[in-house]
Amino acid sequence: MLTIELFFEQSLNGLQQGVMLFLMAAGLTLVFGIMHLINLAHGSLYMIGAYVAASVTQASDSFVLGILAALGAAGLTGMLLEFSALRRLYNRDHLDQVLATFGMILFFNELVKILWGPQALFLSTPELLSGTLEFIPGAPYPSYRLFIIGAGLIVALLLRHLIIHTRVGMLIRAGATHREMVGALGVNIDQLYTIVFGIGAMLAGLAGALAGPMLAVEVGMGEKILILTFVVIIIGGIGSVRGALVGALLVGMVDTYGRAFLPTIMRELLDPASADTVAASMSSVAIYVLMAVVLIWKPRGLFQAYGS
Amino acid sequence: MKKKKHLLPLFMAGAMALSAGFTSPAVQAAEPLKIGMITTLSGGGASLGIDIRDGFMLGLKMKDGKLGGVETQVIEVDDARKVGNAKQIATRMIKQDDVDIVTGIVWSNLAMAVVPSVTRAGKFYISPNAGPSALAGKKCHENYFNVAWQNDNLHEAAGQYVTDKGLKNVYLMAPNYPAGKDAIAGFKRFYKGDVAGEVYTKLGQVDYAAELANLRAAKPDAVYFFLPGGMGINFVKQYSQAGLNAETPLFGPAFSFDEGILKAVGDAAVGVYNTSQWNKDIDNPANTSFVKAFKETYGRNPSLYASQGYDAALLIDSAVASVGGDLSDDGKFRDALRKAEFDSVRGDFKFGSNQHPVQDIYVRVVHKDGDIVTNKIVSKVFSAHQDAYATECKL
Repeated sequence: MLTIELFFEQSLNGLQQGVMLFLMAAGLTLVFGIMHLINLAHGSLYMIGAYVAASVTQASDSFVLGILAALGAAGLTGMLLEFSALRRLYNRDHLDQVLATFGMILFFNELVKILWGPQALFLSTPELLSGTLEFIPGAPYPSYRLFIIGAGLIVALLLRHLIIHTRVGMLIRAGATHREMVGALGVNIDQLYTIVFGIGAMLAGLAGALAGPMLAVEVGMGEKILILTFVVIIIGGIGSVRGALVGALLVGMVDTYGRAFLPTIMRELLDPASADTVAASMSSVAIYVLMAVVLIWKPRGLFQAYGS
Repeated sequence: MKKKKHLLPLFMAGAMALSAGFTSPAVQAAEPLKIGMITTLSGGGASLGIDIRDGFMLGLKMKDGKLGGVETQVIEVDDARKVGNAKQIATRMIKQDDVDIVTGIVWSNLAMAVVPSVTRAGKFYISPNAGPSALAGKKCHENYFNVAWQNDNLHEAAGQYVTDKGLKNVYLMAPNYPAGKDAIAGFKRFYKGDVAGEVYTKLGQVDYAAELANLRAAKPDAVYFFLPGGMGINFVKQYSQAGLNAETPLFGPAFSFDEGILKAVGDAAVGVYNTSQWNKDIDNPANTSFVKAFKETYGRNPSLYASQGYDAALLIDSAVASVGGDLSDDGKFRDALRKAEFDSVRGDFKFGSNQHPVQDIYVRVVHKDGDIVTNKIVSKVFSAHQDAYATECKL
């Protein structure tokens, strides 16, 4: 039973999921593309964002303060992590990086458990955004999800401005392709990398803080979104922020449409019992099929990183 | 080289002192009771394992560290919710530590991997949580006891309750894995109305926007969902944000509404009905003292998992006491366990022929008690309910 209203509502859901993935993917793709570092601990920064947002919001009764604190905490943790540990991994091969950052996942999971305990934290939806808006007749849409869509798109625009129109952005682009030349011109590359890492970490922290009111703020929450994020940056092209945006929206849409409409379609073709099982399995592999198709068509992803 | 020479005698002396320290009490006192506890203490789902462990340890503490009057040693190892870990730990406990009893596993898939090897080795397994259908039916074993429930029980009670309430068009949701399918099957065993939709989501899914939009479009009378742990927190929050809890009542098993989860969900869960074999307001002396002691010891409300861990300790206590601390005769110890002569915190408790509980099951509603969101019992759905697989078990 597919109506125009339902289709429109599901498209909004896809958009919202895509925006969320973009916030995660933008940071990951910058770090991956510019420093050639596979950072599995990116999900831990997302978790830290959510935990700090939850604690600060609970203590201060202000979601805005919670978000700001999450940005700060995730950014600082990220820069500290880069400065103290990850910096040593840039020239190692990818397997070493995977091992080291996987170890950090375990470290952060246990640290969060020690600091906050094993039970999930509570983060309520801010009062202003807890209702629904009925702009699609018969399908009231949660205002909080609309807020996420808006916030994500604003971040995308800001990031675009940062990379194209500012000095830091220029250095980021230059540092990705001509590291030695930029260094020879007197730019402190190490410092630049720390800043880039900090920006990526802040975006992950923001994603965590925004996810908090909708999701369980719990140990291990970062790993669940991390895998999807990697799919996004592979589809979008490693190192390209524009690719991350397009990839995130594609993955969000395909995943949502798959979960929303495959069961109905399969029920036309099969008996109900097997239709449900087949649809559930098919929708969970849909994004990986998408990835495979994109990679056959464009082996290096949809967009190329700057200059490469 | 020089350093090594100096250190060697030290190590030797240390090792001798240590081994002497370990062996001498065993000569003096009777053999201690060794219990292996394999449970999930880290990563996702750790709060369940921690509750079971804390409940069990509280039971042990209230018996002054002696279950059935015998000095008790609990070897506690974290399985991190991984089948491979659990199997390894179990092997070590059986072969190396030579434990008498194994307990603690939270998840059905881990239980399926571990329990048969424990019972095959001639050890006892007391399940404080997981109750997969196979172990209750065809694969039941004389050394396997479940002190919690068979997996389907709480879902069956929900099916009965929804039918009793006269709801005729229910939307069903569960994750796409064996326990999810068992849940829906259990619900349908006692539910007599129509199914408005039956959806299997991905295990570990975090966002349910697509499912919720479809759910609203299907216009059901009620929703029954089984999404344990973090999945349930996500779902209930998003259900409430979508404004659905004002339109369509939500039903679930207690697993999605234990104290830890309610703390994370907050007001969004208020008004949700859930089925359980236990609640902290069940009025009997055993439960009152358990709830009080648990709060004093750990500074939080006990969950149903904690109550099951506690009951597991009390069951072992009763059986060890009944054989006078002598576990050399497996047959006698088994008979003592079967009798289940302990004061369960849930009230009446006995084992069925397949050594799974025959017990009452209640429906609870989530309400606000002052500032705390918690459960209270609404009514009893089943009295002395037994699982559907007992007849398949040849014990």
